Amino acid sequence: MKRILKNRLFWPVLALVALIVINTIARPSFISITVQGGQLYGPLIDILRNSAPLMLVALGMTIVIATRGIDLSVGAVMAVSGAVALTIIEGSSDPNGLGTVLVAIVVGVLVALVLGVWNGFLVAVVGIQPIIATLVLMLAGRGIALLITGGFITTINSEPYKFMAQGYVLGLPFALYVSMAAVVVVALLERRTALGVLTEAVGINPEASRLAGVRSRGIIWGAYAASGLLAGLAGILYSSNIMAADANAAGLYIELDAILAVVLGGTSLMGGKFSLAGTVVGVFTIQTLKSTITFLGVPPAVSPLFLAIVVVIVVLVQSPRLRSVLARASQALRPRNSSPQGGSEVAS
Amino acid sequence: MTGIPVTVERASASGALRRFFSRRASWIPVLAALAILIVMFIGAQAYFGNFLTPRVISSLLLDNAYLLILAVGMTFVILTGGIDLSVGAVMAFTGMLGASLLRDGLPVGVVVPVMLLIGAAMGLAVGIMVQYFDVQPFIASLAAMFAARGLAFMVSLSSIRVEDPAILWLQSTRIQAAPGSWFITPTGILAILVVIVGALLLAYTRFGRTIYAIGGNEQSARLMGLPVVRTKLLAYVVSGVCAGLAGVVFTAYTGASYPLNGIGTELDTIAAVVIGGTLLTGGSGYVLGSMIGVLVYGSIKTVISFLGAEQSWTRITIGALLLLFVVVQRIIVARSSRR
Repeated sequence: MKRILKNRLFWPVLALVALIVINTIARPSFISITVQGGQLYGPLIDILRNSAPLMLVALGMTIVIATRGIDLSVGAVMAVSGAVALTIIEGSSDPNGLGTVLVAIVVGVLVALVLGVWNGFLVAVVGIQPIIATLVLMLAGRGIALLITGGFITTINSEPYKFMAQGYVLGLPFALYVSMAAVVVVALLERRTALGVLTEAVGINPEASRLAGVRSRGIIWGAYAASGLLAGLAGILYSSNIMAADANAAGLYIELDAILAVVLGGTSLMGGKFSLAGTVVGVFTIQTLKSTITFLGVPPAVSPLFLAIVVVIVVLVQSPRLRSVLARASQALRPRNSSPQGGSEVAS
Repeated sequence: MTGIPVTVERASASGALRRFFSRRASWIPVLAALAILIVMFIGAQAYFGNFLTPRVISSLLLDNAYLLILAVGMTFVILTGGIDLSVGAVMAFTGMLGASLLRDGLPVGVVVPVMLLIGAAMGLAVGIMVQYFDVQPFIASLAAMFAARGLAFMVSLSSIRVEDPAILWLQSTRIQAAPGSWFITPTGILAILVVIVGALLLAYTRFGRTIYAIGGNEQSARLMGLPVVRTKLLAYVVSGVCAGLAGVVFTAYTGASYPLNGIGTELDTIAAVVIGGTLLTGGSGYVLGSMIGVLVYGSIKTVISFLGAEQSWTRITIGALLLLFVVVQRIIVARSSRR
């Protein structure tokens, strides 16, 4: 029991389970999954599908935060990649061709990768603070996206592109496969190679890890490049979901949601140790919360208030001061036990 | 930081210049921003021929009065090494609340203090989270931003017209400031007053000097016995009050409140403060610099509308300028730490 309690994932998972239980009590249909024409439908499936862009962005954000950085530009990068892809499809003679769509997706994601590399260059080589370095692109990115779409909201009709976010494979949404594939690839790269440990080392103490022979510059650079790439993919999914490139609305506030998901998952913003599983749980928690808010009949516009309450609760729970106060309170409540065995138990 | 004023003029002109720059290194970014502003003015005047007119310069101040007020508050927070992302949303919330209270028939003498108090309370909440619960300023003010935006929508989902004569007077009155078509509105006067008060507070009061000390090195400030906790809380309260005041000014400016007002304004504000030469690591910067930063921002917007180009260029230009200034700051910091 104690080992479960001490696990870093305990509180995030508890929050998610609590949310699901509350939802199920409020409306029993919440956990029902129906099969229609070989495809699964239901609120839970919707949550899985709609969380895909946030999942991609949050994965990249986790790695960036682990290097003691932050990437504010992800929303703008999403807008750019969506704008690039849709402009290519719109301009092509065959918007329904698989080749056109593939080219559009690849070019869109590559442009996002370039933007990520640019962020990484500013942070790792020029040495600018991450918040400001990525703020540059956050400000400029949406302007660039607007220029690409010519100031309009580009809309297209393309079946293969639509499939990205709205299609089904083996009964499950295709977007879910994309996000899960990204989770697996990132987890393998970070946890089955030394990359994850090196990333944590850079985040805990950049100077010490550099002296220890870690190429911190390359690792930081790579983190921002990965974040850009994943944000680009998220931009493709987002634009495919609404079949339009809206430079102003695409990925608006997603950087904040992503940071929140990472923090909910137990990764500290101070860098260092990170938890990919925690981020996955955090993303699902946020998506479930949003769906709950919608279900409660609260106008979606008011939903930030609920997010704020959740953020405050989470950061307060994580706050060392509150924890020490609580620990002292619980210790004072327990009967005094002078035996050493008893003492060791209380100490944990 | 304080530096003794250069009084001795023995050395050659270049020596005096070098001494000025080494002692007043924190003024270099401000001067750079001023240079950019002047170059922009001259360039725009040469290109358009009718840019440097009293009308354009006057409206430069009036159109950006709210941003100027926000930037002054943000300067206080950034100087302590923090950041306040909530200002745009707090501005929207106080504006919405004020407009709805006015609609319900409350007198303006009650509504405006309420708006300022709400702003102060939001700032205090951020400060308490930062100071007492070790929450990073970024996250604490992010929570306040979400909360204020949600609350703004809770007041009303649609925009509320303001018909109170006192509020509208703030914007509609055009006071002739000088011969010709130089004019200023009460909102502009308010903004300039805020700049003056902010600059005096930072330069000549114990509170202001403590803010610089905290930004320079919080640990040292604490060991010196300076009231770190109180000062940091106050810095966030100042920013909150400024956001509340900006809510009043922005409501007067648009004549209505809309819950989506001020989206992205926090970024514009931070960009203006950074362009104005304030270091994001804290401890170095001036309110006057932030004012120049806001004017640079406003001029870019004006130039782009003169050109008839898309407003999306504003953001791109601001992003590029921000980058330029951050790199300049980076070089300055690197040089001073090498010394």
